[in-house]
Amino acid sequence: MTFNFTGTALAAALTLATTAAYAEVEVQWWHAMGGTNGERVNKIAADFNATQSDYKVVPSYKGNYTETMTAAIAAFRANEQPQIVQVFEVGTATMMAAKGAIYPIEQLMKDAGEPFDKSDYLPAVISYYQTPEGQLLSMPFNSSTPVLWYNKDALDAAGAEAPTTWADVKSVSQKLVDNGMKCGVSFGWQSWVMIENYSAWHNLEMGTKENGFAGFDTEFTFNNAKVAARLDDIASMQEGNLFQYGGRRGDSLPLFTNGECGMWMNSSAYYGSIKKQATFNFAQTMLPLDKGLASAPQNSIIGGATLWALSGGSDEQYKGVAKFMTYLSSPEVQAWWHQETGYVPITTAAYELSKTQGFYDSNPGTDTAIIQLSLNTPTPNSRGLRFGNFVQIRDVINEEMEALWGGSKNATQALDDAASRGNTLLRKFERTVK
Amino acid sequence: MLKRVHFPSSPLPYLLVAPQIIVTIVFFMWPASQALYQSLLIEDAFGLSTEFVWFENFAALLDDKQYLSTFWRTAVFSSLVAFLSMSVALILAGFADRVVKGATTYRTLLIWPYAVAPVLAGALWVFMFNPTLGIFPYFLEMVGIKWNHYLNGRQAMGLVIGAAAWKQVAYNFLFYLAAMQSIPRSIIEAAAIDGAGPVKRFWTQTLPLISPTTFFLIVINVVYAFFETFGIIHVVTQGGPANATTILVYKVFNDGFVGLDLGGSAAQSVILMVIVIVMTVVQFRYVEKKVEY
Repeated sequence: MTFNFTGTALAAALTLATTAAYAEVEVQWWHAMGGTNGERVNKIAADFNATQSDYKVVPSYKGNYTETMTAAIAAFRANEQPQIVQVFEVGTATMMAAKGAIYPIEQLMKDAGEPFDKSDYLPAVISYYQTPEGQLLSMPFNSSTPVLWYNKDALDAAGAEAPTTWADVKSVSQKLVDNGMKCGVSFGWQSWVMIENYSAWHNLEMGTKENGFAGFDTEFTFNNAKVAARLDDIASMQEGNLFQYGGRRGDSLPLFTNGECGMWMNSSAYYGSIKKQATFNFAQTMLPLDKGLASAPQNSIIGGATLWALSGGSDEQYKGVAKFMTYLSSPEVQAWWHQETGYVPITTAAYELSKTQGFYDSNPGTDTAIIQLSLNTPTPNSRGLRFGNFVQIRDVINEEMEALWGGSKNATQALDDAASRGNTLLRKFERTVK
Repeated sequence: MLKRVHFPSSPLPYLLVAPQIIVTIVFFMWPASQALYQSLLIEDAFGLSTEFVWFENFAALLDDKQYLSTFWRTAVFSSLVAFLSMSVALILAGFADRVVKGATTYRTLLIWPYAVAPVLAGALWVFMFNPTLGIFPYFLEMVGIKWNHYLNGRQAMGLVIGAAAWKQVAYNFLFYLAAMQSIPRSIIEAAAIDGAGPVKRFWTQTLPLISPTTFFLIVINVVYAFFETFGIIHVVTQGGPANATTILVYKVFNDGFVGLDLGGSAAQSVILMVIVIVMTVVQFRYVEKKVEY
């Protein structure tokens, strides 16, 4: 794999060198958007390049999020890094700690003399990527949040309403199964949906030090009785197939689109895929609430990725990066991106534009994600997460949760083990950033 | 005193072995020494801060229950893959050796899977065994087996073992068939005249005579199961569920390239390196003595 990285980095460097003769300044943009979204990324870059002739943004697909981040890091170590790289939200702490490697976006915009007003952006979206002092480190690009998707036809046939509480989820699942469905509810990205967002939604702390925002010496607290009770209950719902586990990430999507499970909790960004695959009427609604824990939901947190500028480029290139960021944040581009993909718009103007274009009227429910994100002013528990080594920690949480669904542990055991293994990784990270 | 050199030395032999030496140094010794060095460091992903910690990465690994259980899992995985693929190949080769008509077609078909890349082999099995869409879970459900390798660690392990062994059968088949065909017909015929049936001949004549091949294949298959099955595991299970299919080499990848823990990952690869060296030495010193050439 290393050979691959240096190979592509070399190729990138060569293209850079051969095109230096032209007046255009090239800006390399490494991203992780495959398939249809990859085509959309190419379109954004091509459209930007067509608006002016000084800069040329060159997007290249580098595999999934993890692969893209690893590729960028390997390239940085070989001094062949791109100017812009797309990094997923759990990589934030790692990127942030790499002080000499990143160029904070807010700083970059200022240095390049590009007008930039943070208040244009949705607070719930950018709060995840700010320093404790409020400096924006990276530019949100594709952000989403988990919602509850449901099979409208199946719920109607079973005489059930869309659920708003966990008690509803259970009773609706029962009705669905009684009405001949194979399972009631399933979900994907379980750490993100069932621990990170469940905690934020009920304003529960996931780790000390404001979920890691206030310092690297943070410890996990998600192994509390409240989360454990919810997970134990879900595990018991496997009896009678009210709940079925369908794998990590989006692996459980076919369970929903094939009509096996009537409800599915996962990212709002599955809108495009579901629309393509589902042969039934579907809709989305807000995440269910545990009435015993909160009378009203707090707000959900985002997932997805942001664009980071890496240091080591020329001033000219960073001017190009700044111009591109401005273009990317423009209401028209954002509204188009949001309506095509199901990712949330990053600026208030783009949200307003989508409203006036009548997008939400003709596609009811598509604003669920934005409503969820901006329900309340984010608290330290619902602003986001900043844990180092979080990529590995999510895997640990996945493993422990799988042990719970598999029946080899109960929720308390699984969460305690996840927290203690996670803490070990946090300490390891704390050491490397010193 | 005799002169130490009787013949004028020529640079030619050095020149002739130079390419081999250079390739070994550049592609084997250098990366290995880098891994050794890296395993003594704790470093952030970008390489901005580096701390030399001696053997702390190793100590942390030996302290980690998860890591220790990976050893056992790798042992089970490798021996089952080697045993399964070799025994199936042996049976197939035994039959192919006796086929008179259409032997070439039969052999060609059996060799096909070897041309399939591990990742593609994995992808095939993923589709066939997808709990929702796959054809096998559909059949299994008819006989009352609920298949969900996303949740059931044993099923996941069975799946990757099956895929890895299937992929290797063709290779083993090729070697077994060649070995069987090199056995002088006269020996087999003599046994047949003495009244030994096909099964008896197989056990008492063929099997001992192809033991060097078996020995060679054991070495190759164990190394295959240790390293080359990575692609299959990556595609089929990504080491899950709950680590049930994480073997040593997959953990090296996962900690290093996904988790960006370079020191820990390098330490694991050093341990892996030592295991392979020890295994090879043991195989050649003890097992080989029992083989009749």
